[in-house]
Amino acid sequence: MANQILASASVGKPAIIVAAVLAVLILGMVVTCVVLVCRRSADSRRKTKKFLVKAALYAFLTVMAVIVLFPFYWMLISSVKTLNEYNQAEPTLWPQQFQWSNYALAFTGNLNLGRLFLNTVIVGVVSTLLSLVITVLSAYAFARLEFKGKNILFAALLATMMIPGELFTVTNYITVSDLGWLRSYSVLIVPFLVSVFYIYLLRQNFMQIPNELYLAAKVDGTSDLKYLWRVMIPLASPTLISITILKMMGAWNSYVWPNLVANDLPHRLITVGLRGAAFKDTLTGLTNYPAQMAAVVLVTIPLLIVFLFFRKYIMRGVSRSGIKG
Amino acid sequence: MDEEKTTLTEQILAEEGAPAEAEVLAKGEDVLAETPEEGKPKKKKKGGKWQSKNQWKAWLYLLPALAILAVFTVWPIINTVRMSMLYRVDAEGNVIGYHNLDAMRGFKYQFGFANFASAVHYSGFLNALGNTMLLTVITVPISTMLALLIAVALNSIKPLKKVYQTVFFLPYVTNSIAIGMVFMAMFHMVGIDLSNPQSVGIINSIIKAFGGKPINWVDMGSTKVANMVVLILFIVWNALPFKILVLLGGLQNVDKQYYDAAKVDGASRFRVFWRVTVPLLSPMIAYVVITGFIGGFKEYTSVVGIFGDAMGPTGGAHRLDTMVGFIYDNINGKTELSTQGRASAAALILFAIIFAVTMINFYVSKKKVHY
Repeated sequence: MANQILASASVGKPAIIVAAVLAVLILGMVVTCVVLVCRRSADSRRKTKKFLVKAALYAFLTVMAVIVLFPFYWMLISSVKTLNEYNQAEPTLWPQQFQWSNYALAFTGNLNLGRLFLNTVIVGVVSTLLSLVITVLSAYAFARLEFKGKNILFAALLATMMIPGELFTVTNYITVSDLGWLRSYSVLIVPFLVSVFYIYLLRQNFMQIPNELYLAAKVDGTSDLKYLWRVMIPLASPTLISITILKMMGAWNSYVWPNLVANDLPHRLITVGLRGAAFKDTLTGLTNYPAQMAAVVLVTIPLLIVFLFFRKYIMRGVSRSGIKG
Repeated sequence: MDEEKTTLTEQILAEEGAPAEAEVLAKGEDVLAETPEEGKPKKKKKGGKWQSKNQWKAWLYLLPALAILAVFTVWPIINTVRMSMLYRVDAEGNVIGYHNLDAMRGFKYQFGFANFASAVHYSGFLNALGNTMLLTVITVPISTMLALLIAVALNSIKPLKKVYQTVFFLPYVTNSIAIGMVFMAMFHMVGIDLSNPQSVGIINSIIKAFGGKPINWVDMGSTKVANMVVLILFIVWNALPFKILVLLGGLQNVDKQYYDAAKVDGASRFRVFWRVTVPLLSPMIAYVVITGFIGGFKEYTSVVGIFGDAMGPTGGAHRLDTMVGFIYDNINGKTELSTQGRASAAALILFAIIFAVTMINFYVSKKKVHY
């Protein structure tokens, strides 16, 4: 029933409904306030003020949350509309008719989403694993081993973080062309294996592990590698999980470099494919937005699922980095 | 070098007496048991042997990271500077920057700053620079203010706090390209050349419902101002989660006693916000502003997300180009006469701008930030 009402409603009508609901709410609030203020006692007045402030806070947060969520909502409902319904003069707020075949189009059309998923997963998994090994070894060297010039080297590495990546891209493009790596998996994996930031993050984590553990292990005759594997890695696993998730999300979201060096179907990554595909309707030649939105949903949903499961790790890693992917 | 340090430390320890003893004890070394003169050679020998074994091992552990960094980070720094300084002048007197394929064909290059001049004078450059500056200068204050308000509001509620927090973080875990396409879908005019000329799209429908006039936001014939508004909305939407996360984290660490003191003094809410919250949060605010500026100057994927590779609406390609977009177009030869020399010069100019802005930010925050 509610669906039918929503489906038949165009934007004009809901706007009136929303306005009416808001008006009733505001009226109710005003009446409550007047009643409460009339009770006059200082205590209840303070309570009223507190209540008003709380109401204002929730109202503000709700409005902002609606704005933040609206693109997601629009993406989801557009993805199941028919092209005709999507192109109506007044957009509908709920699909009159669900056309799930839009999702099938994403796999069969020129997008070939299945292949893109596979490419992205291969690149994501391989680069994450290699990157973890390299990061753990370097962080261990910086945190636990003594060698000449350690501090200078570490400072130099940190200094490279200041340089925008675009400065490297010009030369890296020439380097990978010279290596014959254009349009290969290597070109998507190797140049980004080392992240100075992750080394820094993990080194800080390793440093917090008391040195006594290391000395005790030495007395027991444990080798460095075994100690690293048995003690350091389990203790630093939250950071390692953060790195893994951010790295996988990075592969999923990367666009600029893959678009430059590996934009062929066998190696194309998902974001590049999504942006590059033309979702043309065969009859009219216009963009088939519902089909496009279905593909966008398929690219977005895995990210949201990962977020819901690993919220803590993602937010931890992010608050310390300020980098996206 | 290391040995000198040890000796020096020990000398200082021997001279300073009491406080140094505590330090040595804390280190757990048996220097004190003996006189410094006796301890010195013994320790040197022990440390030296232990260290030399670890030196070898440490470099082995670092080898993979350093090898990749050498090829893909250190060499590019050197080579980008080199390429930016190499140019040649063709028969018509045009400055042509370095290109590795031309170099292999045997062209000879001169050394100088002509690439920088040619980059700056190149038709798209000032547009790209202007767009980048404008987007940064507008979006950073807006998103910082909004994020601050949301963070403060989130910090002062209890029920549903987690839910709101999750909602506000959602834009972060999305793909900028994918959601850019959603923004395009929301703002564009639907079925514009079908039988329905008055069809306007969802955002315009909302504007109409509130009594406004539909605007051509992103389609053919739209104004640059309209395009920019959409871009700014998208960038702010995208930038909010990170800023909220950092600011909320800062707020949760603020000592409650400051607020109690303000309450005792009878300060108004606004005054408390301006005189207590903002100063206490200033390190976090400085952090999000600096990262915001750096991110703003590197803006590129937001434009691609909404408008595609063309960097502009149909009929207005490259109108919304940014600095990073300019560099990429010069790498892969989308613009005529594109050369790696010019791309390098542009990349160095971008780096200089980011560096200068970051330094200014640091300088200002050093004066204003209350730690």
